[in-house]
Amino acid sequence: MKRPLYHYFMIGAVVLYLFVPILATLIYSFATQWHKTILPEGLTLGWYRDLFGDVRFLEALGRSLLLSFSATALGLVVMVPTIFSIVLYAPKLEKFIQMLIVMTYAMPGVIIAVGLIRAYSGSRIPMILVTVGAYFVGILPYMYQGTRNSLRNIHAESLMEAAEMLGASRFTAFSKVIIPNILSGIIVSSLLSFSILFGEFVLVNLLAGGHFETIQTYLYQKLNTSGHIASAIVVCYFLLICVLSTIIVRVTRSKKGGGGR
Amino acid sequence: MKRINGMLFVSIIPFFILIALFLFIPLFSMIYASFQGDGGTGFTFNQYAEIFQNFYYHQAFKNSIMISLLSSLIAMVMAIFAAYSITLFSKNIQDRILIFANLTSNFAGIPLAFAFIVLLGNSGLFTLLFRAWGWETLSSFNLYSWSGLILIYVYFQLPLAVMLLYPVYQGVQAGWKEAASLLGASSLQFWVRIGAPVMLPSVAGTFSILFANAMGAYASAYALTGSTYNLVTIRVGALTTGDIFARPELGSALAVLLGLTLIIAMFINEWLTRKVRRDLL
Repeated sequence: MKRPLYHYFMIGAVVLYLFVPILATLIYSFATQWHKTILPEGLTLGWYRDLFGDVRFLEALGRSLLLSFSATALGLVVMVPTIFSIVLYAPKLEKFIQMLIVMTYAMPGVIIAVGLIRAYSGSRIPMILVTVGAYFVGILPYMYQGTRNSLRNIHAESLMEAAEMLGASRFTAFSKVIIPNILSGIIVSSLLSFSILFGEFVLVNLLAGGHFETIQTYLYQKLNTSGHIASAIVVCYFLLICVLSTIIVRVTRSKKGGGGR
Repeated sequence: MKRINGMLFVSIIPFFILIALFLFIPLFSMIYASFQGDGGTGFTFNQYAEIFQNFYYHQAFKNSIMISLLSSLIAMVMAIFAAYSITLFSKNIQDRILIFANLTSNFAGIPLAFAFIVLLGNSGLFTLLFRAWGWETLSSFNLYSWSGLILIYVYFQLPLAVMLLYPVYQGVQAGWKEAASLLGASSLQFWVRIGAPVMLPSVAGTFSILFANAMGAYASAYALTGSTYNLVTIRVGALTTGDIFARPELGSALAVLLGLTLIIAMFINEWLTRKVRRDLL
């Protein structure tokens, strides 16, 4: 197929626009001094050494991982069975779930944070648990989409009928037949949710503020103190997203291959 | 099947408790607060009245809407052409570009703002480069201005737009194009008469998603200059958590109005999509 030059140009322009800021951050994180010259005056690993030697950074990283992991795990344990039951046994409620999803779109982080502060600040529930709850609501669209599509692909209804006819209880059929079959789909949704939550700043900053420093709030603090360390954090963050995305792509591909497509 | 479905209840109850606690209760307490006076007393429309009378808040809405429309439009136009160009390459290359788009779509908020500071901040890489080359107009580009913010908004809109529009081109089948060209239509005629009408609902849908995405954005602008940009989200954040200027009731009213704007945008999209589909039939 012949391709006029402007197609290359269009793709090149988009890729360049998206790539240059990342590249610049990467170089900046290795640069010794970079204030007056076009290219950095020297290269060093020092900023990374400083960063990983900083206990505050490691603690913030740990908190971020813990926070994103708990919210994703909560979503997984509660949402997957719920969506399964609703799709199979109470299809009328599906409209309601879709309405909830529209609501989450109409209420971005800032709005939901205002409501949560209003409802729970000064109450007995610690704000960090409130943040987990808000994250739970925030990942609903991804968990719903992933679980719903997987259930449709495996024809969950007939599988359940077959399993129950063979004498399995509903719960056994769900845990032994349905879950293994939709596993790759829900792994993808969970990884996606996890990586979105890991980059979340608005809610955790407004709700927990300085009491619970995550990687994002730590980065915000560092923006004004050390640009080099800040860029090292950004590079580490981006690497983590790369790893998660690679796993997502791999799992999705192997699912497609095994699914007889 | 009449027996009580245990599985349904056991799984649904915790789900609805969590949704009620972290979606409905905050929503209602925010709406309730927006009708209270400062300090949470009485029932009043004063907060809304203040927003409608205060030029500062008009400006915030105008700024938010303008930057959302503009950044969505720029990203949309780029993505319409780029997504089509992508479909002309081999499957392998298409996949790689989409993975790259997906990856960069996660690059938003604070890290993104910082990357642009490295590039175009006061001693940013490009700023120095342009100065060295003597390109005065470019080196005096101010990242902390509105055009700087638009640049950042376009960055997080672009990968999303590409990912949403790419599948739309799959709907315009190669067979139609061949059929049209056999009947003597030029490439331009094909796109104007067939391609564009088929794609229009999805394009409108994508645009409204981008618009909502930009309207709700907070972290990038906040990372650049704290609370200086007069955007609705920045105002809401400052009114709710600011130490000195905290007026949570006013912040709630502003948040309710922002939510309404997003709902209206979604309805316009819904209505437009339906109307276009009906006209096509």
